[in-house]
Amino acid sequence: MGLFGFIMQHPQLVTQADRSKSSASTSSVSTFPKRVKIVEVGPRDGLQNEKNIVPTSVKIRMIDMLSEAGLPVIEATSFVSPKWVPQMADHIEVLKGIQKFPGINYPVLTPNFKGFQAAVAAGAKEVSIFGAASELFTRKNINCSIDESLQRFDQVLKAAQAAGIPVRGYVSCVLGCPYEGKISPAKVAEVSKKMYSMGCYEISLGDTIGVGTPGIMKDMLSAVMHEVPVAALAVHCHDTYGQALANTLMALQMGVSVVDASVAGLGGCPYAQGASGNLATEDLVYMLEGLGIHTGVNFQKLLEAGTFICQALNRKTSSKVAQATCKL
Amino acid sequence: MGNVPSAVKHCLSYQQLLREHLWIADSVPGALDPAQEASQLSGLPEYVKIVEVGPRDGLQNEKVIVPTDIKIEFINQLSQTGLSVIEVTSFVSSKWVPQMADHTEVMKGIQQYPGVRYPVLTPNLQGFHRAVAAGATEISVFGAASESFSKKNINCSIEESMEKFEEVVKSARHLNIPARGYVSCALGCPYEGSITPQKVTEVSKRLYGMGCYEISLGDTIGVGTPGSMRRMLESVIKEIPPTALAVHCHDTYGQALANILTALQMGINVVDSAVSGLGGCPYAKGASGNVATEDLIYMLNGLGLNTDVNLHKVMEAGDFICKAVNKTTNSKVAQASYNA
Repeated sequence: MGLFGFIMQHPQLVTQADRSKSSASTSSVSTFPKRVKIVEVGPRDGLQNEKNIVPTSVKIRMIDMLSEAGLPVIEATSFVSPKWVPQMADHIEVLKGIQKFPGINYPVLTPNFKGFQAAVAAGAKEVSIFGAASELFTRKNINCSIDESLQRFDQVLKAAQAAGIPVRGYVSCVLGCPYEGKISPAKVAEVSKKMYSMGCYEISLGDTIGVGTPGIMKDMLSAVMHEVPVAALAVHCHDTYGQALANTLMALQMGVSVVDASVAGLGGCPYAQGASGNLATEDLVYMLEGLGIHTGVNFQKLLEAGTFICQALNRKTSSKVAQATCKL
Repeated sequence: MGNVPSAVKHCLSYQQLLREHLWIADSVPGALDPAQEASQLSGLPEYVKIVEVGPRDGLQNEKVIVPTDIKIEFINQLSQTGLSVIEVTSFVSSKWVPQMADHTEVMKGIQQYPGVRYPVLTPNLQGFHRAVAAGATEISVFGAASESFSKKNINCSIEESMEKFEEVVKSARHLNIPARGYVSCALGCPYEGSITPQKVTEVSKRLYGMGCYEISLGDTIGVGTPGSMRRMLESVIKEIPPTALAVHCHDTYGQALANILTALQMGINVVDSAVSGLGGCPYAKGASGNVATEDLIYMLNGLGLNTDVNLHKVMEAGDFICKAVNKTTNSKVAQASYNA
């Protein structure tokens, strides 16, 4: 049967806000948030980890298509030195070139104050900074301790506050580190608390290497929720070991209502050659729609954006939903 | 995240992670590491029985016909992993399922390890007799919660199929041969669309009532999500004890592990899976098939649940069969480990 025929037969693929009301009486569904904000990181986290360099015009088109799909937050690019991340060398052109849809936020990563200044000059209205729950990861990544890395961001946060620019904080390695191995929930809570108190409006907790499983996700979130209100938390799960959606489900059961994902599951994993990357936005939306949770996303248009970028990257999608609905 | 570090080579390899970090290592029967205990979610079963359906459900949906000796070697490898149930083959007409044409040779050719059970599918009495003659000591019958699916798949109504199965299960009971019942389309049907939990309950109850010791509820086309899984199980559990239920999730839309987690939270402790996530989906071209045993074990180990299954050995068997059918694995764990 064709795609449309299929979607008509499977109403969970069509936005149904009423669904959550009718099933609210079931004790199970009442443990889930009614709405989930999806933060689309494909253009940044996704593309950053793709081997093939994508031309600026393609990046802009991809972001515009994602905007048309109704994603409320789309991380557009990273104001990082092209020496480190060649894929993001065109950050200024991308940020200036995309259509800024009303009601959609386009945060950009700013690894330092210089990047922040360049981002603001290019029109950025929201920025992201990142920390890690692992000392060794921070040392190997940016050659300093966690505390030192946060101090460096102090300047960014102060300037952002003065300019009325919201700052999102990422914490890497929350469920495991490629260098240290196990990470204590207390450490994640400590770093999250620091970033939140420094002024980040939201903390995205990242299972950077995808090693986490639902029990560990629960333990980590329990610790963090003692320090940061759950409404200010997001989860960012990598699907390296196929655990992303199950881990995300657990986070939703704990009350988290913001989830990061990447269209087509873009991005590999620099720590496990050949492994997959981010949780695929299509697969996430499929689950949320099935649970009757409102996302505001146009599923059909999301699929189109995924098809577009995969063709441009000359790769197959990592989204199972896209694979299943694709007519080869 | 931010910059890609240049020190990637110094990071822990997967092998090292396995050695040092118990949540992804082999589960030790009985004893739980304090860390594992801490991360064990309350309300989850302590032990989960994995029913390996790769050699049957998996291979059945693979395009490449696998030679008999390869099937036998594959099953022998699986027998050494700690898996306690391995579905070997299907005594169905080779006209319908050419991949299973060598059912008798496979059944006779495998090494039957002590402590491991080797059920076979028997769609009718004829298949049942052949299975017994070939040495089968456990059988499975396959019903559906959808009339259309039943008609298109086995050319009869649900009621007619139940009558056939009654004959098979009755004969099995006479010979003290346990029978497992499958219910297809438990969360959706490629022809009818959504399926009511009541219908699933009705069919399951019928199979359980005629003597099937366990009912495996199959999300045949993988359309289910945790919400529909929960609603379906809530209905079935009213009539059948959770200890007699299993879930059989296809990963066509990437929902399998999330659905399985939901089932575990509801007290289900038997899960079907296929090594390497073998099997495509005949209803969605290009789609993936069964949930991968490796990825399932990874999650169960991480949850601190006992499975008695050795993940390394399962990955080896997966590597073997993928080379034999000339395809890349569908298991993310295997993808991440073998290329590391």
